[in-house]
Amino acid sequence: MAKPGLDGHDRGAKIIARALRDGGFEVIYTGLHQTPEMIAEAAVQEDVDAVGLSILSGAHMTLFPEVIRLLTERGAGDVAVFGGGIIPDEDSKKLKTLGVRQVFTPGASTEDIVKWVRENVQPRD
Amino acid sequence: MSTKQEWLEKVYNRGKERPVRFSTLSDMEVEPLYTPEDVTGDYDSALGHPGEYPYTRGVYESMYRGRLWTMRQFAGFGLAEDTNERFRFLLAQGQDGLSTAFDMPTLMGYDADHERSMGEVGREGVNVTSIHDVARLFDRIPMGKVSTSMTVNCSASALLAMYLVQAERTGVPWDQVSGTIQNDMLKEFTAQKEWICPPAPSLRIVTDMVEFCAKKAPRFHPVSISGYHIREAGSNAVQELAFTIADGLCYVQDAVDRGIDVDDFAPRLSFFWDLHSDFLEEIAKLRAGRRMWARYLKERFGAKNPRSMMLRTHAQTAGVSLTAQQPMNNIVRVAIQALAGVLGGVQSLHTNSMDETLALPTEQSVMVALRTQQIIAEETGITNTIDPLGGSYAVEALTDRMEREATDYINKIDEMGGMLKAIEVGYPQREIAESAFLYQRQLEQGIKTVVGVNKYSIPEEIPIDVLKIDPAMEERQIQRVRKMKRERNSSALKEALKRVAEACRSGENLMEPICEAVRRDATVGEISDIYRAEFGVYKDPGWI
Repeated sequence: MAKPGLDGHDRGAKIIARALRDGGFEVIYTGLHQTPEMIAEAAVQEDVDAVGLSILSGAHMTLFPEVIRLLTERGAGDVAVFGGGIIPDEDSKKLKTLGVRQVFTPGASTEDIVKWVRENVQPRD
Repeated sequence: MSTKQEWLEKVYNRGKERPVRFSTLSDMEVEPLYTPEDVTGDYDSALGHPGEYPYTRGVYESMYRGRLWTMRQFAGFGLAEDTNERFRFLLAQGQDGLSTAFDMPTLMGYDADHERSMGEVGREGVNVTSIHDVARLFDRIPMGKVSTSMTVNCSASALLAMYLVQAERTGVPWDQVSGTIQNDMLKEFTAQKEWICPPAPSLRIVTDMVEFCAKKAPRFHPVSISGYHIREAGSNAVQELAFTIADGLCYVQDAVDRGIDVDDFAPRLSFFWDLHSDFLEEIAKLRAGRRMWARYLKERFGAKNPRSMMLRTHAQTAGVSLTAQQPMNNIVRVAIQALAGVLGGVQSLHTNSMDETLALPTEQSVMVALRTQQIIAEETGITNTIDPLGGSYAVEALTDRMEREATDYINKIDEMGGMLKAIEVGYPQREIAESAFLYQRQLEQGIKTVVGVNKYSIPEEIPIDVLKIDPAMEERQIQRVRKMKRERNSSALKEALKRVAEACRSGENLMEPICEAVRRDATVGEISDIYRAEFGVYKDPGWI
């Protein structure tokens, strides 16, 4: 779970990280103010299967694609990138065409998110 | 007449209760009935008349009969000229004070042309990189007549300097400038998470600004001690009350330890509460807050000036309570929350717009939000008399209870050595995260209800128009900033920035050197970089 960019709203990211942990997943929370480089680096170092990005600052159209690009560059293009925050529906649709697997917006339950991860994220070889 | 206990056992219990949990939003159990038995303390010591210690019924003797609260909508997006237009629109619609929302680069101390600002310029608020942006922001707005609040924290020193120097340039002397700067770093580490350097030097900078304003800009509020963000981060109402007051006590102590007389600065400390959905709880919280602050300032700090003991506050309706689903419902939520604020005696109020879970507000939706305040003021009659809910058995019982429980938290923080120490060991952060998680669980279990989300939802949402930020403005600002940096006198600036760095090391008050630097076109990023170099960069501990 990562907080890219300057956005400091971490209430959601922390709750989801905890819910995923309670759901049996191994979760690394990067903390705030991560650059896309730092996130891609951490993902590769920790050999994760998925990266969740939480963005409430409006900068999602820059940050999601940048993280995907850097993961791909590092040979980790098969890492499932998903996320949520304050993302209008039309941007959500665009993000999915750019490789974001799922976007969760206000009102989504932790139950739904944990279920989605369980059903849609495969361990990478 | 039977006692309450007798009535509960013999009369109330004969009936059935709905199968819900009767608790406040903060999960405080609420009783079926409150009676005189539930209210302790006599009128004089527990309540007092309005404008009299301990100010439970209101800080001013005439409250809204003398003067309505300031209607002060938080606004900001894009570039300074875009926000200037929105400012002038709001003033024309009857708003009587300004409140500035800055973008993340400005808030975090990065210039628009910094790598870290990519994609973020003008998105969460207005970009202000230099004093030239401040000039554009207040174009055609008389800085000596309109009071402005600036919501900025770790880069507040730079923004305050720019604001004061710009006001001076328009002919307004510093001692005539009125306004507020949020500048509450303690809650940044626990809630809003905007920081540059660690807690201790951050506190030093705050106290420099308190000291400076007391002498040079005595009408300006150098801190807005905030509960809003603590609540939005997930705390309950008691924690909001406790941690905010504890933050305030830390600021007072720090200034007093520096040798400043409490009555020389405490009158200009201001507060900022959240107004959440539980109507009675929020009113009780506001009243308990006033009583607690008055008592602490008198008893702990020996304040003599009554104005030192008055908790004067801005408030904002709760952002977290708004839903993306069926957004028109948010208009109703905001109206009820604003009503609680007025019944709770606030001095200044921002009402959220209904589309704010989706984007920054459109002109249409912010107008409805402003009209909400105007309707409360003009049509409901609640401003005809002061503290109309005073004496309500339920409200007084809840006020007493909130004070008791918040005091328990403050005692704990005192035992840890004060708020700064508590923050360093992560105590408030953990409490906030626990409350946030508890609430989410209760919501998902259906113990707490949000209409349109876990009850009364509709299968197909009706889309509404939202504000779009033109991405081209980022490049425009970057070019403008680069041009300004090329054209200014860089050797004069370098000298001035060196002086700021020296002041960081010597302990001399930072504000005069920063004002000098800002006169020479120092940017928000350049001043913040000095803090990074001199005080170190704080990293998020990343506790879950």
